[in-house]
Amino acid sequence: MDVLTQNFSLYGEGFLGTVELTFYASILALVLGFLMASFRVAPVGSFRVFGTVWVAVLRNTPLTLLFFAVMLGLPRFGLVLPFKLFAILALGCYTSAFICEVLRSGINTVPLGQGEAARSLGMTFGQTLGAVVLPQAFRSVIPPIGSTLIALAKNSAIAGAFSVTELLGTYKTLSELGYNIVWTFVWIAVGYLIITLAISALFHVLEKRWGVAR
Amino acid sequence: MTTATTVASTALYDVPGPRTRRRHLMYGVISTVVILGLAAWILYLLFDTGQFTATKWAPFTYEGIQELLLRGLGNTLKAFAYASVLSLALGAVLAAGRLSEHRVFRWTCTVLVEFFRAMPVLVMIFFIFVALKVQPLPALVAGLALYNGSVLAEVFRTGIHAVARGQREAAYALGMRKTQVMTYVLVPQAVRAMLPAIISQLVVALKDTSLGYLITYEEFLHAGKLIASNLDYDLPFIPVVMVISPLYIGMCMLLSWFATWVARRERRDPRTRAADVAPAEPVTVLPGRE
Repeated sequence: MDVLTQNFSLYGEGFLGTVELTFYASILALVLGFLMASFRVAPVGSFRVFGTVWVAVLRNTPLTLLFFAVMLGLPRFGLVLPFKLFAILALGCYTSAFICEVLRSGINTVPLGQGEAARSLGMTFGQTLGAVVLPQAFRSVIPPIGSTLIALAKNSAIAGAFSVTELLGTYKTLSELGYNIVWTFVWIAVGYLIITLAISALFHVLEKRWGVAR
Repeated sequence: MTTATTVASTALYDVPGPRTRRRHLMYGVISTVVILGLAAWILYLLFDTGQFTATKWAPFTYEGIQELLLRGLGNTLKAFAYASVLSLALGAVLAAGRLSEHRVFRWTCTVLVEFFRAMPVLVMIFFIFVALKVQPLPALVAGLALYNGSVLAEVFRTGIHAVARGQREAAYALGMRKTQVMTYVLVPQAVRAMLPAIISQLVVALKDTSLGYLITYEEFLHAGKLIASNLDYDLPFIPVVMVISPLYIGMCMLLSWFATWVARRERRDPRTRAADVAPAEPVTVLPGRE
């Protein structure tokens, strides 16, 4: 118990770091995921190929390797950014591949007639996808998107091992200060539980509000 | 995959006429040019920052370093083999516990499964490695087995629930015991139907073996780091990434494709259809299959 009370600010810093990483990476993942999902169903072949390659490569890359390549590789390229930005980039791109696949399975749940109706009103591909199909697809896949973002929050732990300030990284400082390592980990675990439970509660609310009753 | 795309696309756009097809061709050409331009720019950057100089690639010609990489790859595969066998066993035990009729077993297993699924794998691995002072390999394997085992437990459980009710009832009517019903009737069907989901969970385990790098287990990525941070070769970080990532991605892709292939075969198989078992869903949090 002492570990938490005496190092509240340190835990708080780590906790906020994880929340921040998760938040920005989620936004990046959602934006890129939407983009890639629309690429994958586009009528133009080269877009489809690009989307497919993006998903196949990122989904089969170990996240640690991606972090290694981004954080240690890109600076050799002459691209030097703060570690936190690199971490957001790696996490966001990695998760976007999964978001894309979830959305694509959502597109299949939208009844064919919706797209046909949109087209018969004279909508273009972009309008059909953006105004009719994707919003409904998103609504029908809220729960899996929620679990993908929970996975993202858990994966953000890897950033701590690459010296970004976040929850798991807190253990290093505390173990150097000589605190009981078991309790240190218990409170780190509690921190992650709070974050993942909050995301799952949020998506529960979203599902109630926007979910499609079919 | 191609059929899914065409089904989705017909809902989104009409079969293009000659003018639209010309327009699409133009878009295709333009986007290809842009993508190729980007690739060329990256290639230029690679040359410009001297990534293809002989010193940076020299290490890969030395036998000692090739052996180092091979040993790392071997260690990765070793950790994967242990982790997958253990997580399958743990998954079976936990699933059996969650399906048990005794409340104590059921609740303990439910709590265990929920807890290990909610924890980041890396936190668990670090805990076992740092707090319990376990060697890197057992720590990595234990962490992976606990996480993937609990996910697999849920896969098995949904699989068994997905077997049509009548199967169980018929087996009981024939006078089978609970254990017999499980082992002769339910489990074989559930495993068949869930095989793709099980394999894709193994892809997750394979990917996560690279976490061993963070607890100084001498696996593939660790070997890469050793070479990359060597001053004698002018810190060949990018060449190392170029050598290592195709191998990692290739291994995972092979396993993913295997899962997709099995899934496609299962869908066609009249035996699974006759048993009326629901097709495997992407049950993992991060599904590794199409």
